[in-house]
Amino acid sequence: MADRAGDDDKTRRVVFVTVGTTSFDALVKAVDSPTVKQELFTEGYTHLLIQMGRGSYVPTKSEGGSSLAVDYFTFSSSIADHLNSASLVISHAGSGSIFETLRLGKPLIVTVNEDLMDNHQSELAEELADQKHLYCARPQTLHQTVADMDLNSLVPYSPGDATPVTKLINRFLGFPDD
Amino acid sequence: MEKGHGCSFSGMVSTSTLSCTIVVVTLILVRILYVILWGSRPFGRRATKPLITLIVLGSGGHTAEMLNLLVVLQKDRFTPRFYIAAATDNMSLQKAQLLENNLTAENGTRVRNTAQFMQIYRSREVGQSYVTSIWTTLIAMIHALWLMIKIRPQVILCNGPGTCIPICAIAFLFKELGIRWSSIFYVESIARVRRLSLSGLLLYKFRMADQLFVQWPQLQRKYPRATYVGRLM
Repeated sequence: MADRAGDDDKTRRVVFVTVGTTSFDALVKAVDSPTVKQELFTEGYTHLLIQMGRGSYVPTKSEGGSSLAVDYFTFSSSIADHLNSASLVISHAGSGSIFETLRLGKPLIVTVNEDLMDNHQSELAEELADQKHLYCARPQTLHQTVADMDLNSLVPYSPGDATPVTKLINRFLGFPDD
Repeated sequence: MEKGHGCSFSGMVSTSTLSCTIVVVTLILVRILYVILWGSRPFGRRATKPLITLIVLGSGGHTAEMLNLLVVLQKDRFTPRFYIAAATDNMSLQKAQLLENNLTAENGTRVRNTAQFMQIYRSREVGQSYVTSIWTTLIAMIHALWLMIKIRPQVILCNGPGTCIPICAIAFLFKELGIRWSSIFYVESIARVRRLSLSGLLLYKFRMADQLFVQWPQLQRKYPRATYVGRLM
């Protein structure tokens, strides 16, 4: 799960934070906090890129150098490129973000938004954390998770398969089996 | 209610009206029970012709999951395809159009792409109060009725958000009336691990879906009539 040497000359290790199409100020604030930024820098990350969505809290940009470089944007049509060039992803608990990241084989910390009513999203994050595919945290505990995490202990995620469903649908309708 | 011998004309009319009403109501109840209990049998005969397919898209993760399913679905069996998304959902129809365009590109220009894309009024926005939702759901139902009459699908694929409930309810109503027997396939979202979504629960309790698929074994244990299919994503 670690960065392959030679991928980038500058040994740039980017932490990409995404909140999808939601507003998740608690996560952006937590990630922008000195504690978390210091922890990430200590662990060898060089850049922090925050996709802040509809949130109102604006992070502070920073050039980096002796500390983490910080940049942010609101939306982009596709975050695939950002996910691809990241060494660590911190995401809200939306299933789209989670699976897009897992399928790329990127280490992932999922942060559950406790301000959401009827928080069914936490079910998925907890289940996948139980299966050791990712880490699960809350905004307040994020710094602890970052400090304690061992990315090599994460189990790679094998993508699912939609063909069993199509088989059943075909069979139900009376189409011959392929 | 009747006076004297009940030989008066108005007395006879009210009796026969009452009897008729009872008979009609009984027939309706029997029909509803029939559709609920036996409507979900697989087709006995083999399907040979392609089936008109309606695909209900939801926002975000729902669309991603549905597109994942469509990629492996046999396109020549499920055509023409109609896509419906909520009016406030900007991205889903675009993504579906992209998938359909890629299909045409693969097959070459010989295959004429017949897919159509439509929007429907949303029955409930995320966080909307349940009281106002009743009114907006009614509007969505009328709109759904209009779209269903236009499309008359034989297969309905849906996977989650409230957008699909008016459609499925109308399809179920059609079944009751014997109009266009559509098969409804509902795939509960992968994000639902321990509890069904409201849409899934409605479809499950009222037996509106012919097959309700769940992606986690915990759900299958909790809802025995659901079919566990493993993870799609």
